[in-house]
Amino acid sequence: MSMTQHAEPAVTTPPAPGRKETDGRTSERPLVLRLLARPEVGVFLGAVAVWVFFLVAAPPVREGGAMANILYQSSTIGIMALPVALLMIGGEFDLSAGVAVVTSALTASMLSYQLTANVWVGVVVALLVSLGIGFFNGWMVVRTGLPSFLITLGTFLILQGVNLAVTKLVTTNVATDDISDMDGFGQAKKIFASSFEVGNVQVKITIVYWLVFAALATWVLLRTKYGNWIFAVGGNKESARAVGVPVTFTKISLFMLVGFGAWFVGMHQLFTFNTVQSGEGVGQELIYISAAVIGGCLLTGGAGSAIGPVFGAFMFGMVQQGIVYAGWNPDWFKAFLGVMLLGAVLINLWVQRTATRR
Amino acid sequence: MTNEAGTHGAILQDTAPENGDHPLVELRNAGKSYGNIRALHGVGLQVHPGRVTCVLGDNGAGKSTLIKIVSGLHQHTEGEFLVDGEPVRFSTPREALDKGIATVYQDLAVVPLMPVWRNFFLGSEMTKGPWPVRRLDIERMKKTADQELRNMGIVLDDLEQPIGTLSGGQRQCVAIARAVYFGARVLILDEPTAALGVKQSGVVLKYIAAARDRGLGVIFITHNPHHAYMVGDHFSVLRLGTMELSASRDQVSLEELTNHMAGGAELASLKHELAQVRGVDVDRLPEAEELTVPAATGEGKS
Repeated sequence: MSMTQHAEPAVTTPPAPGRKETDGRTSERPLVLRLLARPEVGVFLGAVAVWVFFLVAAPPVREGGAMANILYQSSTIGIMALPVALLMIGGEFDLSAGVAVVTSALTASMLSYQLTANVWVGVVVALLVSLGIGFFNGWMVVRTGLPSFLITLGTFLILQGVNLAVTKLVTTNVATDDISDMDGFGQAKKIFASSFEVGNVQVKITIVYWLVFAALATWVLLRTKYGNWIFAVGGNKESARAVGVPVTFTKISLFMLVGFGAWFVGMHQLFTFNTVQSGEGVGQELIYISAAVIGGCLLTGGAGSAIGPVFGAFMFGMVQQGIVYAGWNPDWFKAFLGVMLLGAVLINLWVQRTATRR
Repeated sequence: MTNEAGTHGAILQDTAPENGDHPLVELRNAGKSYGNIRALHGVGLQVHPGRVTCVLGDNGAGKSTLIKIVSGLHQHTEGEFLVDGEPVRFSTPREALDKGIATVYQDLAVVPLMPVWRNFFLGSEMTKGPWPVRRLDIERMKKTADQELRNMGIVLDDLEQPIGTLSGGQRQCVAIARAVYFGARVLILDEPTAALGVKQSGVVLKYIAAARDRGLGVIFITHNPHHAYMVGDHFSVLRLGTMELSASRDQVSLEELTNHMAGGAELASLKHELAQVRGVDVDRLPEAEELTVPAATGEGKS
């Protein structure tokens, strides 16, 4: 130790070995308090509470098949909640995320069917369209400086109209034609919508994707430059720009990431149901945003995690399926959702105040 | 060193030590007009390594315009702007940064919710590993940030705490330490003590001195002559967009500086107005003659 110390030339006062010199005015808060102050821990406890509640209230939930079903439901919300959460940490919204899923599925389905081409042609074009929508949203937000709420509200309405109108124009119907007998369908279904067996329970592959994406997002957010930039552009755009963070690139790429998510979920829906209902997707964007907020992402940007929205999505999936298993009227789902959202927001507010208090 | 009436500070000679080197940053007769509004005119300023140049002035005196020119946010419209003796014209703050001119803005320094060490390296993160798995070198960044902060005399218990939980003075200090670490040669501080209490201001002044001792040229913008006099080597007072005073430390006393800042002549007329108000004791206030100092006998509404 002393060898390396002496090698350092310009240190005037060598730090006391072993013991760290501290300012001494701050005392460590108890570990429990510090953990509770983390939004991910709060939502984890919330998820456990909801789970236990339904274990008690709805006996069928205790079976493995039901659990797989609940996780599947959660994953379809969760895969989209992840990019929506990253975007929210980056300080922006995407209200078009719900209908963009359907736009992507419609594009792939109708293009393949009309051209009688391999479904992969449609899949690739749909990816380009989805990324394009994300780019358009991001570019408009960055260029105009308008709130993303307004820009994406516009995109949301446009896509909602285009989805219905173009589908009717092309198929003279509100749904697309069945593409299950087309070339490449089986292959694509294997990738986007297959399931495998664990024990004797059928597990949908989206659950795996969901967890893999969440792990990846966590790594990117906490361990890479890009993740650092996401927090920075959401926390204080001007400061970030002043120290050399590429704000425009970060924001546009986040919108495109939501586009990627929409494409992925859109493909899953297409290859699960073989056809697409053009009017669907409306309202889903609010579910994604709620899952992100419940997961501890700050609505105003700059704070949040990728693991929080995983639990947020699980809570939603749990409640949605739990109500069915408990034999209650499914209409209650939205009411539950609202209560959970309000509760999470209040906790977030409290955490925010505690964290910035001196 | 008497100035002629009608001309402004531009011809006041800077008495910095003549060591044959160019100043790091120099403004010669520089000015800036926004359309038909002349925000700044005939300003001369020299920044030498290891010296603190204070720019004082009331609100609207042109301080912000001056630093915006030097930091690359705006371009000057008249006169010359030289870095290392070469005329320059920056179009972005990045170009100024590349020349080693770093600006610490009052509010624009940090992202409050991010940890101290992330703020320290924001925009210039250290990474390790090949591309697909290239990741932040967190350990090295934390160590470096801690080391650099300690070198500036800042000791923090926890580099993980959000920088928003630090006091205003500490935040300024982190921003200063960051600028120093990333190779700034000229440090522009935009009213770093404006929003701070007495003690916090003292902390920031200490770090200004520390930066100076490390050989940086410092431009210290303030409207507090007391703060300026504590660390300054050279003082420039701006008033209504022109240079009212440019003097080195041995040419001007704190009292004179204060009077200049307060706008001596205006204070004297204010005294007469106050005399009409009952309950104000004006007898012990100074007269206009006492308020003028030799360096700026060029009177009149400049």
